[in-house]
Amino acid sequence: MLIRQRPDIRASEITPESIYRQRRNVLKTLGLGAVGLVAGCGSESAPSAATAEDSSAADKPLAIAKKGEYTLPDPQTSFKDATHYNNYYEFGTDKSDPARTSGRFKPTPWSVEIAGHAEVTGKFTLEDIIKPHPLEERVYRHRCVEGWSMVIPWDGIALADLLKRFKPTAQAKYVAFTTVNRPSEMPGMRSGVLDWPYREGLRIDEAMHPLAFLATGLYGRELPNQNGAPLRLIVPWKYGFKGIKSIVKIEFTDSMPRTTWNLAGPGEYGFYSNVNPAVDHPRWSQRTERRIAGDGFNLFGNRIETKPFNGYADQVASLYTGMDLRKHF
Amino acid sequence: MPIFKDRIAASKPLAFLLCLVPLAALVWDTIQNDLGTDPVAQLEHRTGLWALRLLLATLAITPLRRVTGWNKAVRYRRMLGLFAFFYVNVHIAVFVFIDLGSYFADITEQIAKKPYITVGFAAWLLLLPLAFSSTQKAMRRLGRRWGQLHKLVYAIAVLALLHFLWLVKADKREPLFYFAVFAVLMLWRVPWSKLNSRDKRPSPPLRRSAPQTQSD
Repeated sequence: MLIRQRPDIRASEITPESIYRQRRNVLKTLGLGAVGLVAGCGSESAPSAATAEDSSAADKPLAIAKKGEYTLPDPQTSFKDATHYNNYYEFGTDKSDPARTSGRFKPTPWSVEIAGHAEVTGKFTLEDIIKPHPLEERVYRHRCVEGWSMVIPWDGIALADLLKRFKPTAQAKYVAFTTVNRPSEMPGMRSGVLDWPYREGLRIDEAMHPLAFLATGLYGRELPNQNGAPLRLIVPWKYGFKGIKSIVKIEFTDSMPRTTWNLAGPGEYGFYSNVNPAVDHPRWSQRTERRIAGDGFNLFGNRIETKPFNGYADQVASLYTGMDLRKHF
Repeated sequence: MPIFKDRIAASKPLAFLLCLVPLAALVWDTIQNDLGTDPVAQLEHRTGLWALRLLLATLAITPLRRVTGWNKAVRYRRMLGLFAFFYVNVHIAVFVFIDLGSYFADITEQIAKKPYITVGFAAWLLLLPLAFSSTQKAMRRLGRRWGQLHKLVYAIAVLALLHFLWLVKADKREPLFYFAVFAVLMLWRVPWSKLNSRDKRPSPPLRRSAPQTQSD
């Protein structure tokens, strides 16, 4: 399929407010608003009217110091879709669950523990971690291992800029990340579908790559709970599950860290999990993907070809020179 | 002279319309652009789920007759089965023509390589002879073999359930729920009282294909 070349689209232009209002009116007249659809249709145009269940309504604008260096010609995903279609199993396994069930989660106050092979370690508040860095907007492709993808403007800082402040030593070969463990605020954790808390990891050179990003916001607003508030990882050349959410611990390790999905299915989810159309997932072909972007009637023509390293091969392929990517999937 | 020969016959048009309600809801939600963020996935999931539910409904007829003694319930079974077949076809059409779209040729590779698609496709293939032998004429012509042929429904149900189970990433609760429903419907078929009385006899010869009622 052809990707329409429409540069520099702002999120607010993607779906006109009038259309959202129309949809909401249709729902209202049908009396369907009460059957769980509320979470899906309230926040975009009228944050003030959003319900307690819908934490995406937080709508706190961020001061973005820098943008324009990482942009894409691809049409962006709407804010509503990006915040109501989330794989965040701590809030439930259905992709509509996190927007509905993350309202009680408290992303403030927040602290992150820095541990392992680094000169500076300890517990730091989120302000300590983020404040020294000017926030930057980056538009990245987001490819889920399930075969769908989005285009999202993230706000945050380069991961390398943060990690360098803690002066990792020569023994720091990997970086391990851990998600917060709060069953009382995360209803999905009551089920044993994954081995909590969620853990992810990168090789140190991957973590230090300029594309690796820590997001505190999207679309110019603070991260909604369902997107991993207050701090999450974005590794655009890897499948989405590598982008660990609500990070409370960053540890520099000398051995490859155990990661949650790899533990759940070693034959299905590798440690690297680089987007690779040539290596099929045992369940799904990874050759193509269904792009969720744009607005209006979105039924046909969404399938596009998946690119090696999610289209970031020029920047990151050199990280894996000499490696058999079929073996190290 | 009445239009319908009895109440079952009279209720069939209503049953037919009821079976069309899920389709109508899907069409309505599609027209309203109300299928959520990933409408294609929604269409696939909902058509597949209704096919499975209707398939299990056909398997619920026999236990229903045993429990309630309402033997005429069997007269709804063909319609339920054919609607299961109908929703499976819509399910596959959505997958091939909407989801894969211009990449529809990938279907052969997917059938060959992806276990959940392999078993789903096998279930559909096995449904074909059942659907095409569902007429009165075919029943008469096949005679006893008709009943034997339609025992395939058990294999189809297992394949359909595996299709669901294997496509789920981690949260297996929903497919396992349908497995449990299937298991209950199967256990109901076991003639427990006969098994007990047989146990008391000293090693009776196992008689294959004892004359059965046409209930299955």
